[in-house]
Amino acid sequence: MNRQNVSRLTPYMFIAPAALVMILALFYPIGYMIWGSFREWDPSQAISETEFVGLQNYIRLWFDPNFWESFTVTLIFAFTVVLVEMVLGVGLALLLDRNIRGMSVLRTLFILPMMIAPVVVGLVWRFMFHQTYGTFNRFLGAVGDTWWGGFLGIGPVDWLGQNPLLSVMIADIWQWTPFIFILSLAALQSLPRSALEAARIDGATGWQQIIHIKLPLMAPVLIVTMLLRLIDAFKVLEVILVLTGGGPGLSTEILALRIARTAREFRELGEAAAMSNYLLMLLMILTLGMFAFTRWQEARARRLKFAAEEEG
Amino acid sequence: MADTTYDRQNPAYYVLIGILIFMSIGPVILLMANSLRLDVDITSGAGGLLFMPTIRNYETALCDILWYEPEHLRFCTIRFGGAFINSLIIALISTALTLVFGCMAAYALVRFKFMGRDSLSLSTLAVRMIPPAVLLVPVFSLWNNAFCIDNESLVGGWIRDMVGGRGDVCLAGTHSGIIIVYVAMNLPFVIWILQSFIVQVPRSLEEAARVDGAGPFQVFFLVVLPLIKPGLAAASIFTFRIAWNEYLLASALADRDTMTVPILIVNNASEFDGLGTIMATGMLLAVPPILFTLFASRQIITGMTAGAVKG
Repeated sequence: MNRQNVSRLTPYMFIAPAALVMILALFYPIGYMIWGSFREWDPSQAISETEFVGLQNYIRLWFDPNFWESFTVTLIFAFTVVLVEMVLGVGLALLLDRNIRGMSVLRTLFILPMMIAPVVVGLVWRFMFHQTYGTFNRFLGAVGDTWWGGFLGIGPVDWLGQNPLLSVMIADIWQWTPFIFILSLAALQSLPRSALEAARIDGATGWQQIIHIKLPLMAPVLIVTMLLRLIDAFKVLEVILVLTGGGPGLSTEILALRIARTAREFRELGEAAAMSNYLLMLLMILTLGMFAFTRWQEARARRLKFAAEEEG
Repeated sequence: MADTTYDRQNPAYYVLIGILIFMSIGPVILLMANSLRLDVDITSGAGGLLFMPTIRNYETALCDILWYEPEHLRFCTIRFGGAFINSLIIALISTALTLVFGCMAAYALVRFKFMGRDSLSLSTLAVRMIPPAVLLVPVFSLWNNAFCIDNESLVGGWIRDMVGGRGDVCLAGTHSGIIIVYVAMNLPFVIWILQSFIVQVPRSLEEAARVDGAGPFQVFFLVVLPLIKPGLAAASIFTFRIAWNEYLLASALADRDTMTVPILIVNNASEFDGLGTIMATGMLLAVPPILFTLFASRQIITGMTAGAVKG
């Protein structure tokens, strides 16, 4: 009787709706894009009427210095923000991993930036970076007449004009450091008490505990967190779009932005598709790295557990 | 084990925490303050945090759905109300669909052994990395050209007669066109998160229900779903947040009547003469996620840590 009400088709019925939507709006479009990247693809034509050009789009990009500039900016942006966010986030977590009153309120306030729409983040930071009435220049005393203005003696900084990449990085770091913070705090609080206790009894100082016990034990979680954040950092677009629009010049034109512009302003869909594929390949390598790491880690955990059982 | 007394900390420690809180929510407070200020006061920086709040900016932003005519306005230039309603429709429907489809798929992946399960679960994880920018080109093209109903065909002709469109009926420019992209985009994440919650549902409960004669769908909807409510809450917040905040794909697929709030903000962000109004618009876009965060931060944190910490 039990057997009968689970037929062989049941799992597929559960999967079907999700699979259908994902095929229709994810897998099929990506296949379509790969196909289109080999064509001279003009948005006004039906794609079957467009000309097959082989690898021409890819080759043209390969020898296009502007593309490489975008590529470099993307890599610099992603790796720098993730590095800074890791240092700040983990540092904060180590600092706040104490038994203090109002910890849950604190965590709530810290996750607020991540929940706010990127376009709104761009909007606020655009205001704060503004040269004549922005918050930062006002704070530096560079505009208006504050009593500390002459004391500091710094002229108004043209944040978005002179230091565009730095500015967009600051905004991203503000929004996403909390992500690292929350995950590393969770990791810290789930560390085995006995190890920390033992270290404390052995007289390890705070620093020694952090370097020799806490960080090594957190490492697996930290690496997964970092990879997740790194993959997401390649998706950032709206904040930069609102803050600088990719400029001045190409200084903040990350790949995602360049794809959007190639497609929408220059209407070169084939080239935009080829660029998307380059970006996808890059992300694929990162994701495979993450998979390999998680697999390796699971295997290692299993081995350790096995060894422990053998001993006990 | 869990001691309820709090450690005593150095006063400097509390000062540091104060600074951190200020840095974290300062920009949000600035946004709120500026949305309640006149443009003149924003640019002159008058008054700091001591100023007379005004709701003028909100009146301007919401002018197309207000039941009265704000006295300071001669024209209603920002059509925020309509965009707000579009955003709500798109975010709510796509969240609901993502959750239903996502938890069904997650359940199948956790509980049933079937052909292609491993590759399915792996590809679900892999598509999490796809940036919206990569989907832009093909989705824009497909939704505008390929996924259309020809107005010469039976269904197309019927729609043309009923709705009265001129040309073919395409997915682009409709709410459903945007919704389907968001559902597809969010499904991998939702499936991934819900799996870790479904694993924890005791099998014995499901087997008991099955012995009582419940079919697999009854077991799923009546036994499993109520048990994974925290997971559903976390997943729905994340899905809603992405659908509510997303700009790029919406801007490629929406037309004048289906545009969402982020599009409106990007289109108006560079015009600094309506500074207060655009800040008010931004504030209205930020309010739902802020409320979520304040009420459900526990779920949000659980949802975030479910993936990374448990591996």
